[in-house]
Amino acid sequence: MQKIAVEIPTKTTQPLIDVRDLSVRFVSRDLDIRVVNGVSFSLEAGGALCILGESGSGKSVTLRALMRLLPPTAQLGGDIVIAGINVKSLPAQDLRSIRGRLISMIFQEPMTALDPVFTIGTQIAESVVFHDRVSYSAGRQRALELLELVQIPSAKRRLDAYPHELSGGLRQRAMIAMALACRPKVLLADEPTTALDATVQIQILLLMRELQRELGMATIIVTHDLGVACEVADDMAVMYAGRFVETGSSTDVMEKPRHPYTLGLLKSTVHGGMRGAELDPIPGAPPDLADLPPGCAFAPRCPKHEPQCDGQMPAMVEVSRAHYARCVRLNEPA
Amino acid sequence: MTATTATTITIEAPPKGRRPISRSFWQTAWRRLSRDPVALVCGGILLLILLAAIFAPLIAPHDPYRTSMARRLLPIGDARHWLGTDELGRDLLSRLIYGGRMSLFMGFAPVVLATLIGGTLGIVAGYCGGAINMAIMRVTDVFYAFPSVLLAVAISGVLGAGLVNSLVSLTLVFTPPLARIAESVTTQIRNQDYVEAARATGASGWRIVFGHVLSNVTGPILIYASSMISVAIVIASGLSFLGLGVSPPNAEWGLMLNTLRQSIYVAPVNAILPGVMIFITSMTMNLISDSLRASMDVKV
Repeated sequence: MQKIAVEIPTKTTQPLIDVRDLSVRFVSRDLDIRVVNGVSFSLEAGGALCILGESGSGKSVTLRALMRLLPPTAQLGGDIVIAGINVKSLPAQDLRSIRGRLISMIFQEPMTALDPVFTIGTQIAESVVFHDRVSYSAGRQRALELLELVQIPSAKRRLDAYPHELSGGLRQRAMIAMALACRPKVLLADEPTTALDATVQIQILLLMRELQRELGMATIIVTHDLGVACEVADDMAVMYAGRFVETGSSTDVMEKPRHPYTLGLLKSTVHGGMRGAELDPIPGAPPDLADLPPGCAFAPRCPKHEPQCDGQMPAMVEVSRAHYARCVRLNEPA
Repeated sequence: MTATTATTITIEAPPKGRRPISRSFWQTAWRRLSRDPVALVCGGILLLILLAAIFAPLIAPHDPYRTSMARRLLPIGDARHWLGTDELGRDLLSRLIYGGRMSLFMGFAPVVLATLIGGTLGIVAGYCGGAINMAIMRVTDVFYAFPSVLLAVAISGVLGAGLVNSLVSLTLVFTPPLARIAESVTTQIRNQDYVEAARATGASGWRIVFGHVLSNVTGPILIYASSMISVAIVIASGLSFLGLGVSPPNAEWGLMLNTLRQSIYVAPVNAILPGVMIFITSMTMNLISDSLRASMDVKV
């Protein structure tokens, strides 16, 4: 039981994360839903990718699929290779040895993602003790270092604090400390700032960016907040109905969006300079994943809808260097 | 070490009016409990009864088994026998003290056993879910279909009278409700984010069960189990009363109530004394369990 089943290679020639044609289906007796339909991306160590999209577009499921943290009803397709390890075909009992050590995750709700009956220190130390096979006191020492790393004031005292005694921001910092406990190579963040208020949000984002550069981790952040996305990501992927519809560097996607959905997202953002102006939301609701339209999934809501949109799903086309979009109208001038 | 002392000093001088040291869940619960007058009084009474039962040979003024035809059914306040004597002339006070041993044992032991068995079954059912949950919970549902007293009487009736047999039957009676409580709490906890978070840091199934589930389930189970103790005492007494529990001449409150019943017209006060003891014990146990519930409530 003591052996670590999967050796994590230190150096590989491939990109750190290589996801090819990932699909996730939830199959049970009375439902069969394709939540993720062929997502491909790769990410180098130290890179930050942001997956952007509406609720129910499959962002969180994509993220959880990377560490196979899905209920047993989920069926995975495609390939997930992280640091040379084929995560998709790893036996279930070996997943434990990569979770936390190779990949770890920050959850959306710091209120519920920490166990109310243990102190912060215990919860962080626990994971260190398990993965690094050190004594409890060494684990606690590491927990203290981590709390200092995530800039929790009077860290020593906070070690013995229970989650309910901390504010939302401190809790999220503790959550990050827990995720970083075993020096993971990949950090996944599932809407890490959604439950926090605006002033704390920016602090947490700055902290995450700082940590990511300092520790050289690859980071994937899922969010529906464009501000968050711009703040932290080098690369951006816009997701709609289980597919990436536009990918590219943050600047390209934000400044030269080519897909009408990305454009719609940008238009529906509210900011200070808009006082008095009408809001321009995307009409309608995301499609039912169990009953997707035959062509482009966004076609029913698209303001530039054409008959050819309903034919078949358009392919990803490179519009400029490393900037891809999935739309039939790409060859028209933007 | 010097660094440690230095930081301790800064901790000990926080801004005014703030409490820097945090209490653990159990410390808080204990603190609240020790400030609750009802819990203190009931705890005191129960402790007295417990101590009396444990040190019965030292405390009891007379031999509880020595009969005397000349001193039958003496009233309360007799110079030699303070609480009078029973229908065979045995000292009632001594018999009540000795009877506490059996009655309290029959109150606590089955509940402790049932907590262990039911708790384990419930946690396993709740954590594993699916077919295992189905199998365990449907079997406990079968036991649920019978009223608890009837079930205890039926099982004891089949097994025959005796201490061990009534222990077995009472344990069987209390296991299903405890399993159900444990199962519902575990199912609830299993879907909490912190269990998923633990899984995301690479925790194994067993570590999640022992670390996260067990520590969160303990409170609710403890509260329920403590309220069951009074019921166990009453049912055990009932079994003895019906002749299915402890057999005479052993002293046990339920059994004493049964034998003294025949003298209820001659010496009514003597006859109800064992009943009073059962009442006091189960009442204090109930009130303590209430206080326990209040003190473990995190939201208050």
